[in-house]
Amino acid sequence: MIEIKSLHKSYKTGSTSLHVLKGIDFSVKQGEMVSIMGSSGSGKSTLLNILGILDEADEGTYTLDGVLIKNLNEKIAARYRNKFLGFIFQSFNLINYKSALDNVAMPLYYQGIKRAERLEKAMHYLEKVGLAEWATHLPNELSGGQKQRVAIARALASDPKVLLADEPTGALDSKTSYEVMELIQNINDEGKTILLVTHEEDIAHMTKRIVHLKDGLIINDSTVKQQRAKTALHV
Amino acid sequence: MFDLERWQEIFEAIRKNKLRTFLTGLSVASGIFILVILLATGKGIENGVAKQFERDAASRISVWTGVTSQGYKGLNPGRFIQLKNNDFDQTVLKYQDQLEYKSSIYRIWSGMTTYKNENGSYRIEGALPDYQFLENESMTAGRFINNYDQQNIEKVAVIGHKVFTDLFKGNNAIGEYIDISGIKFKVIGVFTDPGGEREEARIMMPLSTSQKVFNAGDNIRNIAFTLQSTGNFNRDVEASNIFTTQLENQLKTRHTIAPTDNRAITVRSNLQETKRFYDLNNMISLFFWGVGICTIIAGVVGVSNFMLIIVKERTKEIGIRKAIGAEPWSIIWMILHESIFITAIAGFLGLIFGLGLLELAGPAIETEFISNPSVDFNIAISTVFILIVAGAIAGFFPAYRAAKIKPIEALNDD
Repeated sequence: MIEIKSLHKSYKTGSTSLHVLKGIDFSVKQGEMVSIMGSSGSGKSTLLNILGILDEADEGTYTLDGVLIKNLNEKIAARYRNKFLGFIFQSFNLINYKSALDNVAMPLYYQGIKRAERLEKAMHYLEKVGLAEWATHLPNELSGGQKQRVAIARALASDPKVLLADEPTGALDSKTSYEVMELIQNINDEGKTILLVTHEEDIAHMTKRIVHLKDGLIINDSTVKQQRAKTALHV
Repeated sequence: MFDLERWQEIFEAIRKNKLRTFLTGLSVASGIFILVILLATGKGIENGVAKQFERDAASRISVWTGVTSQGYKGLNPGRFIQLKNNDFDQTVLKYQDQLEYKSSIYRIWSGMTTYKNENGSYRIEGALPDYQFLENESMTAGRFINNYDQQNIEKVAVIGHKVFTDLFKGNNAIGEYIDISGIKFKVIGVFTDPGGEREEARIMMPLSTSQKVFNAGDNIRNIAFTLQSTGNFNRDVEASNIFTTQLENQLKTRHTIAPTDNRAITVRSNLQETKRFYDLNNMISLFFWGVGICTIIAGVVGVSNFMLIIVKERTKEIGIRKAIGAEPWSIIWMILHESIFITAIAGFLGLIFGLGLLELAGPAIETEFISNPSVDFNIAISTVFILIVAGAIAGFFPAYRAAKIKPIEALNDD
């Protein structure tokens, strides 16, 4: 699903250049659930941005679902993001003047789907995350956990190949975190490929594979026994 | 433009951001409103001043006399200069190539006039057929004096519209006989004058008749001319100036008046006044246009300002939209579409309010110097479009920049 070969990325700030990714080789197969860990400055967010086509690598190749992601113009990049990827952010990033339902329906708007069909699909995903009753509410009427669920529904709405989650539980308390993780695990169980950036050990252990990043290099990449969030919740 | 889905998106954004929409709209609407009122006031002043000049033919040259203020060639000051038929005839003879309309006038200021049981006191003027054009009169019924009337000293009268309504109360006047100073006159026509009621409270008769009826001999009170137009306004003014100077000198010589005496004989050309009026009008419209353009610039700046704020305010939203697959142009269009829509609606609202106010209050404003304030609809519409286009251009750059921002940066914006 994801193939990365000797990926390099550096940022120029004035005269100094900061080498963030120093040759990353990495691949993810369909249906995997991978967490990327590392301290701040390790390059994990940069890696996620590149994987999310929000940023572009300086060197190396990135293949997503058999498509080489290189030198894309803004228009194509937007189209690929819409088609291949679903984003879940730490700060939810919902549009605050749109209802939960309209937020979920938005990726479908950019796919050119008609309104009625859009809303029907969006409602389906809201049901899936258990928020059907909250469809008409604005984001500021929802709790943090509910907002993240709406964001997850939105990420799923366009039926992407890969879900990219950047610290999805970073703004939530541990109980809510586990509830959200349970939802994400269920989505993975249905076969969706999921990449998750986190610095919380317990969250990382709820995935199936942990990749450790340090100073722009992968120092450890191992499969782990998945801890089910549901059981953690009832401890 | 007719993408229904995008309209739905925009209406949603507008509905959810009522204050922002209202403020943007208000600045545009008030700009257009002020402009409409301003242009209308300018037009009203122009009309008002124009009306002052419509009373008589625009190029009319008038001659009238007074009392000498200086002694000359052994004659004492304080002598009244009386114009005679001869003065007129000789001038016409001398300048016949240049003259267009010409008339001498005898006048008594108030003549008691009676028809059946109705009566009134009106200005009585004896004149020649051309006088109709010199006075800018048009006939609503019958005809004006003609040469036959003049030669045969016919006792016929042409009455002003005011006289007609006073005496005849809307009944037929043509062919009826009215009594002026005890003599019966046959009414042959009714006229209107753009100068209004004052000018329409007059009765005209052939010069010859008036001189006979009022025992004037060959005395006349005024002479009026217009010159042949060359079709060029400035050349006409020049010709008119030369003519008035020549005529004044000639009449002064004939009546033995000191060349420096400005009281005894006055020859005045309306064209000079008209020129002054045109200059004034140009100044007025220039001024109002200047202020109007400044208003539009202020409106455009207002719109651009709001566009900047809107884009800034929505940076994060733009980032989110881009992350979930919005193409750059769809972002630009979303912002422009919304702003053009608001500007257009607000602009036309301002236009409608402005025109509405003019429609309601306009007719009530009828002073001597402001008349029929109105605005050229095309100009007003064009202004609205200029504002929309300028607003769109001004909004395009921030929108374009917003669309160029990397989604990851926009998402981090707070």
